[in-house]
Amino acid sequence: MEGKRNVRICCLCNERRASLKRPKTLQQICTECFYLAFENEIHQIILSNRLFSRGDRVAIGASGGKDSTVLAYVLSKLNRVHDYGLHLFLLSVDEGITGYRDDSLETVHRNQIQYGLPLKIVSYKDLYGWTMDEIVKLIGLKNNCTFCGVFRRQALDRGAAFLKVDKLVTGHNADDIAETILLNILRGDIARLSRCSSIVTGEDGPIPRCKPFKYTYEKEIVMYAYFKKLDYFSTECIYSPNAYRGFAREFIKDLERIRPRAILDIIKSGENFRISTTTKMHEQGTCERCGYISSQWVLIDDQSSSGDGGGSTRCCSSAWWMFTVTVPEALRSISHVCSGGGQNQEKNKEKGGSLHGCIHGKEDEEMKVVFIDKGKRFSAVQSH
Amino acid sequence: MQLTIEFGGGLELLCDSKKIHHVNVEFEQQNEEDKLTMRELLSWVQTNLIKERPEMFIKGDTVRPGVLVLVNDCDWELSGQLNTSLEEKDVVVFISTLHGG
Ligand SMILES: [Zn+2]
Repeated sequence: MEGKRNVRICCLCNERRASLKRPKTLQQICTECFYLAFENEIHQIILSNRLFSRGDRVAIGASGGKDSTVLAYVLSKLNRVHDYGLHLFLLSVDEGITGYRDDSLETVHRNQIQYGLPLKIVSYKDLYGWTMDEIVKLIGLKNNCTFCGVFRRQALDRGAAFLKVDKLVTGHNADDIAETILLNILRGDIARLSRCSSIVTGEDGPIPRCKPFKYTYEKEIVMYAYFKKLDYFSTECIYSPNAYRGFAREFIKDLERIRPRAILDIIKSGENFRISTTTKMHEQGTCERCGYISSQWVLIDDQSSSGDGGGSTRCCSSAWWMFTVTVPEALRSISHVCSGGGQNQEKNKEKGGSLHGCIHGKEDEEMKVVFIDKGKRFSAVQSH
Repeated sequence: MQLTIEFGGGLELLCDSKKIHHVNVEFEQQNEEDKLTMRELLSWVQTNLIKERPEMFIKGDTVRPGVLVLVNDCDWELSGQLNTSLEEKDVVVFISTLHGG
């Protein structure tokens, strides 16, 4: 039995008291050596993946939570120490969730002062004319996360365009990415499997997004924030979380306890999957009408109790399915419907009746659509 | 035994949003070598401090995976986790890593 009074010495400097065990390497190290190792690894990831170029304007997607807070801190430090020559900004989305986002935005406001970074907040209210509070009142708690995610993604793009940035960085960590890889395997979503494994995405879109924490363990991010006493916000969103994702998260955490390397190994698996060329891929497309990039849609059978999953189709694909669109009243004012034809109806029926449709806001927002097919009601929202 | 127990990363929400607790843990010493360990402290915390959703804190006989534990600012993985022995005036910190990013 080990007692805590057997003080362990840092295996890197052989001087100071060890303060933590690194999950990646199982090394026992002191806080000073940890800071250096943590920051240096992220620096190496940035260099080896050529994430930035000198003079780049870079927006940090800032939620006030642990990951983006640590990212803002570390990125501004690396920019200073290694002279990257980046112009950094904090970019936050205000979904309009009372008691959650208003509190976390206060944290972002403090970060703005603490790190001396300019802050831009884009709100659902300004962009879309409503808040998540209003939407939840309207559509209820089911699927509101997927719904909200769609809009957050686009709100970040809008904010990034406003700031005229070259890149958007997000705080997704190794645990998040392992979880998403696992989820995409569980859903058979091959297209998203390869996309979610890359450190940079959307290079062909308006603003590339990158994840400097792709190989950084959540445990280390939280330990870093704790030892550095960084100010972050940690309350769950008051609207219901995604249960399927929750299970995947729990599974990853259980694996990590038995074998911490499992997280990096899942990421490695995701990166090295070779998809057979005969596999049909739903790729990201561009809407013919509005030109906006549209990724896959998640179809939800409104009458079944499972909140997640279902087949996925692509917005504005060449094949159309006839559908009736009903839009919640609050959204009606900002919607128009992409015209749909029926030339491939029979083909689609054979595939199990996949539905295609697309609806856009006046200013080219993707919207939630409700399909009525043979008296059955489906909703589709563009997924994360 | 006088201990300071801190909750962070959202775990404080399980105990009336109070982050820092100065507590006195009664411990029956059977013989002189007997020491209060984290194993006993966990069940004491669960009984005395956690007011709601204990499954966010405990899984099986230990903390839920994703909850970090530090004893006097030292990762409990370095001191034997549940077997870590505690002494007067120790500071035990529990931080959840599971809340938003
Ligand atoms: Zn050291």
